[in-house]
Amino acid sequence: MKRLFLFVPVVLAVTLGMVLLAGIGKDPTHLESALIGKPVPAFELAKLESPDVTFNTDVFKGQVSLLNVWGTWCPSCRDEHPDLIWLAQDKGVPIIGLNYKDNRDQALQWLRRLGDPYQVNLFDPQGRLGFDLGVYGAPETYIIDKNGIVRYRHVGVVNKAVWREKLEPIVRSYQKEG
Amino acid sequence: MKRLLILVLLTVCSTAVLAVTDDLYPLASESDRERFHSLTKELRCPKCQNQNISDSNSPIARDMKDEVHRMVREGASNEEIFEALVSRFGEFVRYKPQFDKRTALLWATPLIVILLGGLLVMGVVVRSRRNSETSSGLTEAQREKAKRILGDHPQDRTGDSSAKDPH
Repeated sequence: MKRLFLFVPVVLAVTLGMVLLAGIGKDPTHLESALIGKPVPAFELAKLESPDVTFNTDVFKGQVSLLNVWGTWCPSCRDEHPDLIWLAQDKGVPIIGLNYKDNRDQALQWLRRLGDPYQVNLFDPQGRLGFDLGVYGAPETYIIDKNGIVRYRHVGVVNKAVWREKLEPIVRSYQKEG
Repeated sequence: MKRLLILVLLTVCSTAVLAVTDDLYPLASESDRERFHSLTKELRCPKCQNQNISDSNSPIARDMKDEVHRMVREGASNEEIFEALVSRFGEFVRYKPQFDKRTALLWATPLIVILLGGLLVMGVVVRSRRNSETSSGLTEAQREKAKRILGDHPQDRTGDSSAKDPH
């Protein structure tokens, strides 16, 4: 019986090792959004192209869409731009843009030069909707279901691999939901 | 002389930096200012994860400070302010997470460890006391032998050693 107690340090060390091992490879910058399962926060934002037209959360109703947070000041947004165009044109995915803390003229120029994958672009120069969404770094891409509920958040660049492995299965499952 | 001037300038500037936070986030009362400082120290920046928003100058930390400042000015309670930020950024932004089902183990761990340690110490104490109370566990014959070896009866010892000692 006493001999068994000699193994206590080993057991403790192994347990600690397993706890630490579980943390290896986890990306600490990946945070789960606090909004998953909740509706997109209320907003009233102008269209990027025309300041007189405003949108609210109804823009998400009726289709499963991606909400892409971007800005011309964000280098990674340039990286993902061709893939967003690929998603919109080849895959037919509706993408709503949230132009975040940006300058209207520069944003329009960017879309003219690089192409425009967005169904609608919301203009949020103060980053109010971004703040309510808990955006802490662009680019961020959210999956919004037909009822305007946030279902997933991806922080970082969206490319073909991210689409296939992470976003597409979720988008498809909510599209099927009807 | 020039160096001295630069030194003086730098010293003045560095104290000016310290005063900046109060200028950037003006609040009417001393208690509000204190509340603002303690709140921004207890909220974590989601982008620069090892900093609180008071220390961080990243855009998101500034947005969060603006929001805390606005709410403090409007007289919101600390709980309301935490709630407002947690609902956007998640429990992650609180350095002191609230006590609920998910965090119960986290909060209880120190207590559990102290209890276990106390039990261990108690066990050791009880056992050593029991050992000292009862005899050392030797039979009468063994005790005699030990006495002989330790030299209580020199006459026995010499006889014994001559019999057993091969030299």
